[in-house]
Amino acid sequence: MTRLNLTLITALLVAVPLSLLAGRVWIDPFHPALPNATLIVLGLRLPRAVLAVTLGAGLGAAGAAMQGYLRNPLADPGLFGIAPAAALGAVLSFWLGLAAQAWALPLFALVGSGGAMALLGLIAGRSDGGVALFTLAGMMIASLAGALMSLVISLAPNAFAQSEIVTWLMGALTDRGWAEVRLALPPTLAGIVLLRLAGPGLDALVLGEATARSLGLDPRRLQALLIAGVGLTVGAGVAVAGIIGFVGLVVPHLVRPLTDRRPSRLIVPAALAGGLLLLLADSLCRLVPLVTELRLGIALSLIGAPFFLWLLLRLRRRGVRDGGLG
Amino acid sequence: MTALRATDLTLPGRLTGVDLTLRPGEVTAIVGPNGAGKSSLLACLAGLLALETGAVTCGGEALAALPPRERARRIGYLPQTPEIAWDVSVETLVSLGRLPWQGAARHPARTTPAEDAAAVDRALAAMDLSALRHRPVSHLSGGERARALAARVLAGEPAWLLADEPLANLDLAHAAALVALLRAQAGEGRGVVLVLHDLAMAMNRADRVVVLERGRIVADGPPEQALEAALVSRVWQVQACWWGGPGTRALALGQP
Repeated sequence: MTRLNLTLITALLVAVPLSLLAGRVWIDPFHPALPNATLIVLGLRLPRAVLAVTLGAGLGAAGAAMQGYLRNPLADPGLFGIAPAAALGAVLSFWLGLAAQAWALPLFALVGSGGAMALLGLIAGRSDGGVALFTLAGMMIASLAGALMSLVISLAPNAFAQSEIVTWLMGALTDRGWAEVRLALPPTLAGIVLLRLAGPGLDALVLGEATARSLGLDPRRLQALLIAGVGLTVGAGVAVAGIIGFVGLVVPHLVRPLTDRRPSRLIVPAALAGGLLLLLADSLCRLVPLVTELRLGIALSLIGAPFFLWLLLRLRRRGVRDGGLG
Repeated sequence: MTALRATDLTLPGRLTGVDLTLRPGEVTAIVGPNGAGKSSLLACLAGLLALETGAVTCGGEALAALPPRERARRIGYLPQTPEIAWDVSVETLVSLGRLPWQGAARHPARTTPAEDAAAVDRALAAMDLSALRHRPVSHLSGGERARALAARVLAGEPAWLLADEPLANLDLAHAAALVALLRAQAGEGRGVVLVLHDLAMAMNRADRVVVLERGRIVADGPPEQALEAALVSRVWQVQACWWGGPGTRALALGQP
């Protein structure tokens, strides 16, 4: 256990209980005067906090793995087309009028991500293990899924259905409970384990594909681990919370300078930091005084984008270069 | 130590019927004009290209039949245009060379973290980089970076060191220093195979020179013999003559 991981775990252990107290209704842990305090904490806020940490962890780990695989700091988990495909599945369940059934939306989303994973696997199996072809295939799946999603939205039966879909796509943890935790936690954990197993292969790729092969990398095994790992983490996340951007892109950047920059050493800290970031963002969503609750996806981008820009400018001033060292 | 042997290597358009037996403890230079197939031959010897015909064996075992990590433990390969994706420290970069030894938990070849650290230390010392071990690679000069990349290969402690134009982008002093360090590795019993463009370097510092022309070996032997002026003139289509004595020869070019 590295010091960075310990610090992040400690931060999570502090942040989770705090997030249980914060919200439209504040709870004073020492004077639980509210009659439904237990219900609010255990029935509403705890599952939401667990879900935030779970999804953030999945996105952080997937982002770190994708950046490592593509050797590019701009990569994010959406690039393989798994998130758009999962979202397409979910949108289809709205279109078919099934979204009111609790099982339908997550199931459709999982089928969507599974379909994208199968397609990627098929392409990987037919290529010689090269990074470029594989990534381009993923981007094609992403744009195809995006186009189909727009088509479905434009064909929505009425304006209400349309706005329902668009709102869902913004991503949120509102009203999610233990059922969603049960659905998302096991695949996310399994996905993070698979991404961690991909670590040595990602390390070999630091020096380019030719060197990676000369170091004994099996490119197809690495692709299989990535497809399964990213598919499980991202697919589960989209199934229960819609598309939550930004975490997968930003978290690896926040954590990388604190590691030795080996991709394998980034997976676990990025997972922990992703969980922490999403938990903080979701708590903030509950606190901002708006008519309805601020959508998580919007909140993350609102806070994250300026911060990310500031970080990049600061790193540039310090002369730190990542990616494209050539 | 075991010989690295190529038999009837053929890659359509790149190599034709190459037979070559390389011996450990020697520095072999592969030379030839652009497009002669030097890099292809080196990549084949490293087991990185799928062969249609022919085979490469190391110690009698076909490279294609070896598990990738086992092959990587025997043969270290430094590509022509090495890239470094993240701004890692020199020590981290060099430690990547230990990856072939860090496989499955109960594999007999697996080394302990202490053994890996010791190998990294030896590689850093051999390339004279111990003082720079914590420096980010973006802060290295061209020569230091070339040495760090070579140290990465050394850290894997392979029986064979294969390097594709390791002296490109190095000034005279750094090139000479790197060749001296690689010669020292051959002195310890490793096989060293270098693709070189600098014929004088091959003449003065290699034990053996293999000349390629359009995918075929046209000369193979001690430098004085393989690189005689008449052959250089014909293969490179220049008018060449050697000046100076053994070990300090210089190539002079006239009008073609």
